[in-house]
Amino acid sequence: MFSKVLIANRGEIALRIIRTCKKLGIQTVAIYSEADAGSLHVKQADEAYVVGKARVNESYLNIEKIISIAKETKVEAIHPGYGLLSENAAFARRCEEEGIVFIGPKPDVIARMGSKIEARQTMAEAGVPIVPGISFPLAHVDEAANVANEIGYPVMLKASAGGGGIGMQLVYDEEQLRKAFEGNKSRAASFFGDGAMYVEKYIDNPRHIEIQLLADQYGNYVYLWERECSVQRRHQKVIEEAPSPFLDEETRKQMGETAVRAAKHIGYTNAGTVEFLVDEQKNFYFLEMNTRLQVEHPVTEEITGIDIVEQQLRIAAGEQLCFSQAEVKKEGHAIEVRIYAEDPKTFFPSPGTITSLQLPKGEQVRHEIAVQNGSAVPPFYDPMIAKCIVRGSDRQAAIANMIGALREYKIEGIKTNIPMLIDVLTHEAFQQGNTTTNFVNMYLNKKGGKTHA
Amino acid sequence: MHEVVALMAGNVWKIVVQVGDVVEEGQDVVILESMKMEIPVSAEVGGVVKAIRVQEGDFVNEGDILLEIE
Repeated sequence: MFSKVLIANRGEIALRIIRTCKKLGIQTVAIYSEADAGSLHVKQADEAYVVGKARVNESYLNIEKIISIAKETKVEAIHPGYGLLSENAAFARRCEEEGIVFIGPKPDVIARMGSKIEARQTMAEAGVPIVPGISFPLAHVDEAANVANEIGYPVMLKASAGGGGIGMQLVYDEEQLRKAFEGNKSRAASFFGDGAMYVEKYIDNPRHIEIQLLADQYGNYVYLWERECSVQRRHQKVIEEAPSPFLDEETRKQMGETAVRAAKHIGYTNAGTVEFLVDEQKNFYFLEMNTRLQVEHPVTEEITGIDIVEQQLRIAAGEQLCFSQAEVKKEGHAIEVRIYAEDPKTFFPSPGTITSLQLPKGEQVRHEIAVQNGSAVPPFYDPMIAKCIVRGSDRQAAIANMIGALREYKIEGIKTNIPMLIDVLTHEAFQQGNTTTNFVNMYLNKKGGKTHA
Repeated sequence: MHEVVALMAGNVWKIVVQVGDVVEEGQDVVILESMKMEIPVSAEVGGVVKAIRVQEGDFVNEGDILLEIE
């Protein structure tokens, strides 16, 4: 096992990784931007180094500066967390060149899955069902219109390099498509340096269900069941749960085995997630593969008892998986909510300073949180400030526990989406398990701004 | 004269008008970026853009003046 690891991230996920490192007796090195000097991850790591100014391009995305800190502090490995450099093949390659272990899959695997168009091609080769659509970049808006006419409206216009809903738009007819094409293309070009666009058939009332995988360096693969993450706003997840209220055992097994087949096909190693869209008839289609730890990994940990960060560290250090598929437990039900610093109605961000914070307590409640009383929530980063995870013996019990927890959750000084989360959890449709990606529009009918990056 | 101010702290992502442009009430004039989201800022009154006080890429605090309309 490693003796010292650098965590190339901030916020709750940096704290989450530090916690498992401490459990395993691994020394931790934190990096931070000038805006994050007072952050909890800086205090809790064994060592912490400033990496640059507030904006991510000048700090958390500064590959060479991070590599130089890693070399000076003599760490053996870097954990990238999620977001930031976690799916950056160039960063993984630089780590490899410097003899530092990147905790994740190989750089070429990251690159292959990072291009959504290439990922579609690859998965089709592996016999994994993909959403009907094209697997080549559209050269021109006229080509997009031709392709969309063949597929049939409505279609999803998507950026190949996209993620988090950026460069993605649902269009119902050719006029909308023509209007949407250039804007999304240029947005993708400016944010990802790649304006390649493609088109997929729009699946009606889809659910977003994903399979968590672990793969060691010796060809052993297991899947840790599924997470359902259908409730979203601005194409970003808000509530996640495991298991899905929609899947039967047969579909669950098929999806798990399909995800393993996908991972084997590309020689995947470490923790990863295969995301699927599932239609009303339980047909499932490959959406994308996330080659990193997911925000919502705790719900899987709660039902399996497996510490996914620990497994990532063990796999990266060259250990073999010490359990088989048949040994993976699935007990009870877990729900996670993402607490965003934002207006619960408009979804507009709400940076500021937290003037009062009181967290719900209880055996069934787990907090992943990076703020405390007096913390500044800067405007430079993602609005997610905390996650609250609860367990229950079944879904109904978990929902009741979460509603109870959120009603006791007190944050003052900034606005949060907690009222919106309570609206979803107390809604009859959610309680009945009618969770599609249209949930927020369909049942809460609130409007927000456009996702930016 | 009317001042258009930033609704929240963030970076000036795009300035979509120029000095001398005629704008209508409710028209977007500046787009801010805060917490990875685009925040359009619109003119509360119609008029002519008299001065632009910020540049694309600038950091602004809540209440900072972005531009003036006459």
